[in-house]
Amino acid sequence: MSYDVVIIGSGPAGMAAAIDCDKYGLSTIILDEQPMLGGQIYRNIEYVTSGRLKILGADYEHGIILADKLRKSQVEYRGNVSVWNVTRNGEVSFVINRGGRSGEKSQSINGRFVVIATGAMERPFPIKGWTLPGVMGAGAGQILLKSSGLIPNLPTVLIGEGPLLYLLAYQYMKAGYKPAALVSTTRFSDYFKAIYNMPKAMLSWRDFLKGLKLLSSIYIHGIKVYSGATCLELNGSDFLEEVSFKHKGSYKKISASLALLHQGVIPNTQITMSENLPHKWNENQICWEPITDEWGRLPESNLYVAGDGRGIVGAQASETQGKLAALSIANQLKNIDDFIVKSKQLKQTLSKQKRIRPFIDRIYRPKDEFRIPKGDDVIVCRCEEVTAGQIREYVDLGCIGPNQTKAFGRCGMGLCQGRFCSLTVTEIIAEKRNVTPTEVGHYRIRAPIKPVLLGDLANTDELTE
Amino acid sequence: MIGEHIAIVGGGLLGAAIAYGAIRSGLEVTLFDEHDTAHRASRGNFGLAWIQGKGLNKPEYVNWTKNGLRLWPELQEELLQITGIDVALQQPGGFWLGFSDREVLERETKLKQINAQGVHVPYTIMDRSDLLQYLPELGPSVVGGSFCSLDGQANPLLLLKALHSALKIKGANIINGVRIERVTYDKNTRRFLCFNSAGDHWESDRLVLAAGLGNAKLAADVDIYAPIRPKRGQILITEKLKPFLNYPTNKCRQTNEGSIQIGSTSDDVGLDDSTKTDQIELLARRAVKTFPLLSDARLVRAWGALRPLTPDGYPIYQESVKYPGAFVVTSHSGVTLAAAHCYTVAPWISGLTQTPLEFIAFRGDRFIQRPKE
Amino acid sequence: MRLNQVFKFYESKDDEFVTVYFEGKELRVPSGISVASALLANGIYFFRASSVNGSKRSPYCMMGVCFECLLEIDGVPALQGCMIGVRNGMIIKRQIGNMNVKKLDIETY
Repeated sequence: MSYDVVIIGSGPAGMAAAIDCDKYGLSTIILDEQPMLGGQIYRNIEYVTSGRLKILGADYEHGIILADKLRKSQVEYRGNVSVWNVTRNGEVSFVINRGGRSGEKSQSINGRFVVIATGAMERPFPIKGWTLPGVMGAGAGQILLKSSGLIPNLPTVLIGEGPLLYLLAYQYMKAGYKPAALVSTTRFSDYFKAIYNMPKAMLSWRDFLKGLKLLSSIYIHGIKVYSGATCLELNGSDFLEEVSFKHKGSYKKISASLALLHQGVIPNTQITMSENLPHKWNENQICWEPITDEWGRLPESNLYVAGDGRGIVGAQASETQGKLAALSIANQLKNIDDFIVKSKQLKQTLSKQKRIRPFIDRIYRPKDEFRIPKGDDVIVCRCEEVTAGQIREYVDLGCIGPNQTKAFGRCGMGLCQGRFCSLTVTEIIAEKRNVTPTEVGHYRIRAPIKPVLLGDLANTDELTE
Repeated sequence: MIGEHIAIVGGGLLGAAIAYGAIRSGLEVTLFDEHDTAHRASRGNFGLAWIQGKGLNKPEYVNWTKNGLRLWPELQEELLQITGIDVALQQPGGFWLGFSDREVLERETKLKQINAQGVHVPYTIMDRSDLLQYLPELGPSVVGGSFCSLDGQANPLLLLKALHSALKIKGANIINGVRIERVTYDKNTRRFLCFNSAGDHWESDRLVLAAGLGNAKLAADVDIYAPIRPKRGQILITEKLKPFLNYPTNKCRQTNEGSIQIGSTSDDVGLDDSTKTDQIELLARRAVKTFPLLSDARLVRAWGALRPLTPDGYPIYQESVKYPGAFVVTSHSGVTLAAAHCYTVAPWISGLTQTPLEFIAFRGDRFIQRPKE
Repeated sequence: MRLNQVFKFYESKDDEFVTVYFEGKELRVPSGISVASALLANGIYFFRASSVNGSKRSPYCMMGVCFECLLEIDGVPALQGCMIGVRNGMIIKRQIGNMNVKKLDIETY
């Protein structure tokens, strides 16, 4: 099966790219791992109740416009699909998720171009006790709210920093739940350092005001906020029981049954890394990013990346990047009228939408101690239970990069395929060796990009050959 | 000789085993290992400690392998004592499995021919009903196979870690992130020199080139012919499963952690170690044919390991005639022969023993085309 | 297994409910939500036990990336509860240790 454009992911970038590709008359298909469109930020956008919509706010509601346009278009949407391989010339292999049993066989489709719009994931938060039941990412809290309408019922502490954390606190309060505390890891010095980014950020004064409104409402509603927290620990025997931290010089303990952690999101680079495409280390966002041209195209390939998977830019900018990719692709397949004008407009829009980014990145920069655990017994690889101390031991044994530590200690060999430990391992090795993350490098990622049933890969009809 | 300083280029299964053997024999050891994303064929080792089916037309290799396997338990015990790492050696016997009567017959013929060369390797040809006693989950397409009581498996990554650990404990000088580009011999000082691309150099009394794919080029520097070409083998690894496979088979084994390792294909593609989807599907098909219950196991990793192969597939163990004290060693059976490399090859390259007689069969110059008379 | 509900539903759901079974216990949950959500909403916090050291685990990311929410669902082991929607009559069990291929029905082959 062949399409002009195959799009992987149905968040703002994926949907926007699809809508525009369709507008330009290109045959387009979206492959989505989730059962419904919307990606993470617009999760459940097509089925959300009006009550929930009020809580989730206008930014979320914007997703309805995208979903509507998409449904009205000729774009083929396939949910419940797990892409396990993408080649540089546009061959995409996938299986259908049927919840376990070997269902249909693996399929391959070809796109003359592929847009990788797989977005971002929660940055890991490796602190003592983060693997305890009762500890989740703040993103998970948002997903539970959006998809299932669930809010906390028992004492909950929100921990970390970043817009998503404050948004969640705000949404919880609108829904009638007040968190026991917000333990913020932002320090006074962060605000100070971010002043340099303020002038540019003020150009996006609407975004800026939105953020201020969010923050102030948290204080107004009387949520207990502890700023500049350090030495975070989550304690409990089988489940979370207590959050402890250092605040203004003294140790504090808060009883809690749920802790929601957040220190920003990071690009999901599994697909781009799997084809050995070059990535660079972004020191401002402290993560790897694929190297692309201004349209999002990856070198020597028919692949584009759009959205947070290219570098964290937020929902609006992700949409614009989707449109840029679509425009670039369409212009190669058929000449687009006023291509120059359209591209100039989109690039200007993107530039405006990214203006506030350096400010946010600086003010909410995740702290070293929460990215590079000091404690040797803190788990780094959740799947294989490998600790920070063990990684450092492997460096002592001569491992100079994450692929060697993987070979020596199984770190990164679990089912999550290194997604949750990758950045932590690179940074631990970099710190121990006293070199840059660029020099240390990252995991070598290969197909299958997601675990796939052997039965789905084997052609089960031919068992008797 | 004891006290001499030996430099070993290559920190994979081969280099590390020889380095460990050298240091325990009383030599000073410097080991060079490349950077994190180097080819590292050892990471593609399947993990079998295997003899059945090997050595047709090369009885010296049968003997070499047989002795190597016999020495293995000693190596496991020694590494466990010194490092605390158990490399999970199991030698319960292993199975080759066939999907047609003709295949099984061909197998029997081959095994008979091998034994006719003089070195006896015990084997039993089994039909399906016999096999099911040992491998109850066997699929209906498997019609027969051969069992050899000497076969087994170990964990190649744990072995590598244990060797490096032991080397560190014994005080070896391990230099990481260095790629040796050139080696020379200084007649005046009677020392060997290893150079990286930046021109840094290291001196030693003896030199071992165990650089896998890098050996072809380096061997020429010491006047040894070592035509090594990369052969890509795709390997699949599943998620960890509760134990069900108690014996290793030639294409499929259950590791000590529980994951199923499936291999491997064999392609000549130069240095392209990318994974190919059709190869993955082929291996998945074969795995499911062999053990149908694997249909519900998830594939977590697949990769194309580049194996360093000589034209006849047999090792090269050769001392340079022009530069005595310089050696080239290459073998793609880094697990099977680990103990042999440690206890037999290492003393030899250290100058403590005579060249084993069978090593005449493993000289690199066997590949040199002689001009016809 | 905690009986205190750490999560609760924000709105009273007037729409359909389905019945699922967790470790033999009957649960009534709204249709259209994931298995992981349904269990969390019923105070269930121990989804799986790690094969490495038996430690208890529960979901972390809820989006299919962390693989902590592994459960045995309708006899099929090690499935991600956050990626599967509830179905009436579903039988859910914890995933203890590694997945057992041997337990599966032979008749499917």
